[in-house]
Amino acid sequence: MTATLSVRNLRVEIPTRGGVLRAIDDLSFDIAPGEVLGVVGESGAGKSITGSAIIGLLEPPGRVAAGEIRLGGERIDDLGPDQMRRIRGRRIGMIFQDPLTSLNPLYRIGDQLTETILTHERLSQRAARDKAQKLLEEVGIPAAGARLSAYPHQFSGGMRQRVVIALALCADPELVIADEPTTALDVSVQAQIIALLKRLCSERGASVMLITHDMGVIAETADRVCVLYAGRLAEIGPVRAVVKHPQHPYTHGLMSAIPSLAGDPDEELAQIPGAMPRLGAIPDGCAFNPRCDHAFARCRAERPHPYPAGASDAACFLHDPDPARRPPEPVARAAAARGIAAADETPEATS
Amino acid sequence: MIAFAIRRFVQALGVMLVVALISFLMFRFVGDPVNQLVGVDTSPAEREALRQALGLNDPVMIQFSRFIVRAVQIDFGISYQFKQPVAALIASRLPATLELSFVSALFALAVGVPMGVYTGLYRNTLLARGFLAISLIGVSLPTFLIGILLIFVVSVNLGWLPSFGRGETVSIGGMWTTGFLTRSGLLSLILPAITLGLFQMTLIMRLVRGEMLEVLRTDYIKFARARGLSRRAVNFGHALKNTLVPVITITGLQLGSIIAFAIITETVFQWPGMGLLFLQAVQNVDIPIMAAYLLLIAFLFVAINFIVDLLYVAVDPRIRLGEARR
Repeated sequence: MTATLSVRNLRVEIPTRGGVLRAIDDLSFDIAPGEVLGVVGESGAGKSITGSAIIGLLEPPGRVAAGEIRLGGERIDDLGPDQMRRIRGRRIGMIFQDPLTSLNPLYRIGDQLTETILTHERLSQRAARDKAQKLLEEVGIPAAGARLSAYPHQFSGGMRQRVVIALALCADPELVIADEPTTALDVSVQAQIIALLKRLCSERGASVMLITHDMGVIAETADRVCVLYAGRLAEIGPVRAVVKHPQHPYTHGLMSAIPSLAGDPDEELAQIPGAMPRLGAIPDGCAFNPRCDHAFARCRAERPHPYPAGASDAACFLHDPDPARRPPEPVARAAAARGIAAADETPEATS
Repeated sequence: MIAFAIRRFVQALGVMLVVALISFLMFRFVGDPVNQLVGVDTSPAEREALRQALGLNDPVMIQFSRFIVRAVQIDFGISYQFKQPVAALIASRLPATLELSFVSALFALAVGVPMGVYTGLYRNTLLARGFLAISLIGVSLPTFLIGILLIFVVSVNLGWLPSFGRGETVSIGGMWTTGFLTRSGLLSLILPAITLGLFQMTLIMRLVRGEMLEVLRTDYIKFARARGLSRRAVNFGHALKNTLVPVITITGLQLGSIIAFAIITETVFQWPGMGLLFLQAVQNVDIPIMAAYLLLIAFLFVAINFIVDLLYVAVDPRIRLGEARR
């Protein structure tokens, strides 16, 4: 079965006066039909830029410099602006972070919906309006018929995000990119919106790329998760495996930094020392090496590529399948003590 | 909406009263009106009699009320200089100025908005840079210099357009004279209208450009693009409409200034409008005309602002509902 979305060796560059920054470097992942892929990472790790690159809306001067993006098997990163426009909205829907600013304040909700519907489908005004009303009902807006003629500022944040979801799903896209869809919302509303998004997409069989830094949302919603660090892939795998048995030292650090209700309240949270490097100052070798407990000489000289690690893939030399090139014995032992181990040694660790 | 209009109307009345007071004080206290009216050899007794007859000995408040009552009836007294009612003098000059201002504003909008949109959308193209360079000239060159240059090039050297006056005019119902209906009238309009409107045009262009750049960065534009809407729908439907509120404000205010500052253009082109009348009044200390002119310009500003406020409401629903809730 062809993947809904297939990203291969994607590189996004942003030329600046100080030189060309690589916002995304050699990133590959797939999203299967109907699958929800969570994309996590710190601010600046390249999550949103990946989304923008896929939908073809990188802010100039940012550009896709290498690699390819395929949607349903067809290459889309080299399409002309007009062809790409026809894919946006129709085949890829996108939801942005802030529902308060995502809707044009000067147009009625109904007009924004029908305008979008009519862009993608040959329908009469009346039919488009009926469809708009049905969409609003589906996203759970009460009195949808009357609300069609309301303006965005007459809705609360959560309601506006529902409208945004309706707009993104207008043309039944096969892929929905949700860029931090709940970050700007009240905690009480977040769960509803995520549940709604997940239900609507699974009803339509749409795949979802869910960009967030909220591991809780990922754990509940995603099938697989992709961890980005400094524009590079750190780890990708089934959500349970990544959460329970992280195989990359960075992911491991991320997971141990999540407070747990069952844990000792007096225990200090683990934290990863240092900060993610700026794009202009990514160290040689593995981008994570200055902050990594397990770094050895090779990590500073050579860049790791994803190796199979348990049920996941992790870009870390601890998982190099070639035993001759693995880390020195003490490093490997320390890592294994924390559950990070070469794939052939602990195959059961991820089940 | 009606409550909103009424509130704004009351505010406008307040502003007009204050301006009327200033205008009245000028009339009353800049020099002695009696001195302006009589000769040097008039006896003090005669002066006193005149003062009494004109009501200048009454309390200030009574005089002011009288001034207001007359102003409402469009009676601003007699011009010292022309010995004619000021209202009639202004009425005869008003059409020339209004027509010139209207055409200038139209020119400024019709050229300024598209140029602004273009430079906002394609800010790095050669043409956009060219527009910006031209706009710099428009902003920085003084009006009289532009007028004289235009006369020199277009009228004197090329001989294409008349260099002064209104050309032939047609009288409509005895109240209004228009230059719109004759060929020479229209031709005479072109140069003064460009001169007067050039500054406003560049201002509007820069304003629209700035607003476009800002709006194009907003999330709703990004979201509109992400929904696959056509370029035209995004740029003109979603972006341009959001730039309109500030553009309407500035255009409205500028229309006021166009009328008020037509003086220079009217002088350069010997345009028989109010500005020219006002300049003559200043030279001859013809205070009734100056006072009436002040009131009239204030009235135009206030009226335009009032209309602008109502237009906001038409463009931006948030203002409408915000007011309705109060």
